[in-house]
Amino acid sequence: MGSNSSSMNNIPNAEQLVQETGFSAAHILRLYERFQFLDKDDTGQLRPEDFGAVRELAMNPIGDRIISAFFSPGQETLDFASFVRVLAHFRPADSNRTRDGAQPEPANSSMGKLKFAFQLYDQDRDGKISRAELLQVLRAMLGMQVTEEQLQSIAERAIQEADFDQDDAISFDEFRKSLEKVNIDHKMSIRFLS
Amino acid sequence: MGTSVLYEVKTERGVFCMLLLLYLCCSGGKCELQESQPAQPSNRPTVKPFNNEPQAFPEEERASLPVFTMDYPRIQVPFEFTLWILLASFAKIGFHIYHKITIWIPESCLLIVIGLIVGGIMHTVKEEPPTALSSNAFFLYMLPPIVLDSGYFMPTRPFFENCGTVLWYAVVGTLWNSIGIGLSLFAICQFEVFGLQDINLAENLLFAAIISAVDPVAALNVFEDMGVNEQIYIVIFGEGLFNDAVTVALYSMFSFLADMPVVESTDVFLGVARFFVVAFGGVFFGLVFGFVAAFTTRFTHNVRQIEPLFIFMYSYLAYLVAECFAISSVLAIITCAITMKYYVEENVSQRSCTTIRHVVKMLATVSETLIFFFLGVITVTVEHEWNWAYILFTLVFAFFWRIIGILVLTQIINPFRTIQFKYKDQFGLAYGGLRGAICFALAFTLPDSINRKDLFVTGSIAIIICTVFIQGISIRPIVEYMNIRKTNKDKQTINVEVHTRVMEHIICGVEDLCGQWSHYYWKDKFKKFNDRVLRRILVRDHRAESSIVSLYKKLELQNAIDLLDTPIGDLSAAPSIISLQDEKKEASRPKKKFMAAEVRNMHDILSKNMYKIRQKTMAYTNKYNLPDESRTREILIRRHASIRRTVRAGSFRDPPERNIPRSQKYYSLQPGGDLEAAFALRRRSHGSGSGDVDHLSAHVQFAGASARSSSRSLVPMRRLNTIEEIKNPAEQPAVSVHPPPRSNGEDALNKTGPGSLGGSSLRGRRGPVPAPRRSSSDWVEEDANDSEDTGERVDPPQLPPPRGWVPENQDPGENGAGNALIRQSPHRSMRF
Repeated sequence: MGSNSSSMNNIPNAEQLVQETGFSAAHILRLYERFQFLDKDDTGQLRPEDFGAVRELAMNPIGDRIISAFFSPGQETLDFASFVRVLAHFRPADSNRTRDGAQPEPANSSMGKLKFAFQLYDQDRDGKISRAELLQVLRAMLGMQVTEEQLQSIAERAIQEADFDQDDAISFDEFRKSLEKVNIDHKMSIRFLS
Repeated sequence: MGTSVLYEVKTERGVFCMLLLLYLCCSGGKCELQESQPAQPSNRPTVKPFNNEPQAFPEEERASLPVFTMDYPRIQVPFEFTLWILLASFAKIGFHIYHKITIWIPESCLLIVIGLIVGGIMHTVKEEPPTALSSNAFFLYMLPPIVLDSGYFMPTRPFFENCGTVLWYAVVGTLWNSIGIGLSLFAICQFEVFGLQDINLAENLLFAAIISAVDPVAALNVFEDMGVNEQIYIVIFGEGLFNDAVTVALYSMFSFLADMPVVESTDVFLGVARFFVVAFGGVFFGLVFGFVAAFTTRFTHNVRQIEPLFIFMYSYLAYLVAECFAISSVLAIITCAITMKYYVEENVSQRSCTTIRHVVKMLATVSETLIFFFLGVITVTVEHEWNWAYILFTLVFAFFWRIIGILVLTQIINPFRTIQFKYKDQFGLAYGGLRGAICFALAFTLPDSINRKDLFVTGSIAIIICTVFIQGISIRPIVEYMNIRKTNKDKQTINVEVHTRVMEHIICGVEDLCGQWSHYYWKDKFKKFNDRVLRRILVRDHRAESSIVSLYKKLELQNAIDLLDTPIGDLSAAPSIISLQDEKKEASRPKKKFMAAEVRNMHDILSKNMYKIRQKTMAYTNKYNLPDESRTREILIRRHASIRRTVRAGSFRDPPERNIPRSQKYYSLQPGGDLEAAFALRRRSHGSGSGDVDHLSAHVQFAGASARSSSRSLVPMRRLNTIEEIKNPAEQPAVSVHPPPRSNGEDALNKTGPGSLGGSSLRGRRGPVPAPRRSSSDWVEEDANDSEDTGERVDPPQLPPPRGWVPENQDPGENGAGNALIRQSPHRSMRF
């Protein structure tokens, strides 16, 4: 990789990030290059519209949600550490790496990955996917020719399938159960390049 | 004069649509001369159409004016050619009526079969085959459209991301195949049993070079349907494209060597040098003509009618010039297309752009259809020399060396690749190696000095037909079989289906975000150079734009107009038929039981309508169809609609001096407050509906507020900011104008928390459905502002909102039909 200006030394808290996220130093370096690339005006902070400039992301039907997932509520910018921390969700689960037990729940466990996906639905962060929230996602994901009734019945059905406590919403537990058969680690992992 | 044109057409032995037209126009004056000739020529059905001999000319004896005459020979060439095209096109229509056929049998197979049938008929009536497929006609007229199509629709980014691998397979793989096959065939020729001793090494190599050109059409079609990993896809695509070049180079080299009695070692080195000259020369000419074409289109905005022509003429020139110097014309035209595409599409009007795309596709499809069709015809009508051993061994070796080659080459390239090829992928690569048109044409170009030419032709046809039929038909079942895990779809719950797709989108999005495919360092460098130098020279309106902005603009031009015409009208409202409150209400209604059929139906809807995860390559490289961007457009329209709504909401809190005249413009003539009330309602609805989007724009706003020196991305959005910026000072007056909407909008803004930055963001709408026309006018005006704004963007951004531009905005001349409306109206009829 033609690393131009960046080396590990330039990255704030690189060591700590390696510890915390489980990325290798090379990963961090690469992500940092990417971060700088996205950060057009070199403020060291990313803003949502820096993300929006990624063309493919603009064409992603849930691109807005993905972007907003990077920003914790009330924050308008994102520094490199948080960027990496969010991306850590998508690291493949470690098979041999021993963790020192300090972190009980690494971000890249299938639980962490599921939580990330769940958050994307649960925009009001009340721990439940309400019917309205599900409908919003469905609307974004389905083509225009699907009628509202069809959407409604799909949402209805999805909630019925998953809703065990009859509260007309999908809690995280229910979400997890409904995805039991899916190999989350497989589905929600990216082979990060180093 | 007409005669000379006639001869010209004949001597060129080419039948190009343009020449046809020219011919028809110019030869008008000749009618009288030939009219005296009776219908006799129709008795000579076997006139060879393209020979150079002058045709029987009418005797000059003067008879009485004939009432009815017929002069077939005069129109024979273009007439027959048109019939051929029509026949082939009818065949294509036929295949697609029974759509299932083309799923299981590649179109090329069907075309060859029809060609075989037609050839059989012609053979029985002793008709001569069409000589349109003489090698010259092929190289000068039929190949360029196909290659231009591939080059023009080449997915540039994935290609450059996999550039190394593509070239590796194309160059080294083709060399490997040619040399491997050539040497092993030479070994076979040493056995006396087969009676092939007279074929020397150079001829074997020549033959091997001919048959090692891979034509990826069939494989690509299958892979596209299967949704194969796009890495393989682009590699096969690129390989097919570039090994044409390699093969042509090798061919010219070997055919030169085959003529020489003794081959010395210096000749080999010269051959290698020649190879590089051929390759880089092609690239050079492509670049030159590409840039010239781009530069030309900078000045064509007054002659929109002929704009598309430049694209074709320049790429064809590149091709011809390269051919003239005997360097890789394929490479030249590809490079030319890739180079100019980006700039040209920005310079030409949207309509010309569409025309270009359609014509490129059309020409390519016609050429390719004809080639396969003629292949069938020629197979029957040409003389063959059949040698079982040679042909069988050719088949075996071709297959064998291809597999070995892919395996070995992949092992070598894999460590350098970020995404490595698995064995499954390698199999796909190897098995996708069908032979096609190039191989066929090259076989016919063989010089007559080669004494076993007929055998080589037969061998090439045999290998084409075998690979196209056997591999082409079997590749789909095999790839499907190897890819087992996609089958058990029906057992999934709706939840699983939806959630997995969401996760796929997430992964895709994050991958894009991380720039998984590297090279972005060089890409960045090139982009800077491009923005600073190239665009300035080549693009008329050369302000650098972030890709998303340009994309939005393009799509907006295309679609927003469509939307205005559709009955649902306001798209931003369309998906949100129900409001949040309605949903709440619904929640309390009795639970519905779902029948199995209904659930199945839902699965069906989901699988059909869920947006596919983005694929960079697939949509563009389909040989037979224009890229279908409707899905992408839908997504973008939705997002854009939501952003635009924030613009609207924002513009409502504009400074008074801007707002008042506007409202006057719209409302002063209205009797009573009726419309105004409706307007207010609508505003409110937008405000509440787009609360979450407001939040998004709020993000954007802050961004814009800070100094942004280098990037001028998100230009239209910046305008939002300036408007939002002045929101507070403007509040008082704005209230005085339209109190209800403003407060409501604010309400919504506050109500929806920061977490509600929504994907679809097309939530409920409380107001009545706005009439489409209304929103249309609104939109146009909106856009007028946008364009003005971008027009002004050349100035360094001033951040406390420059009051200066506000009055400009309300300038009726500029704001009204002046720019945006007029500028867009030509595109009104344009749609895909």
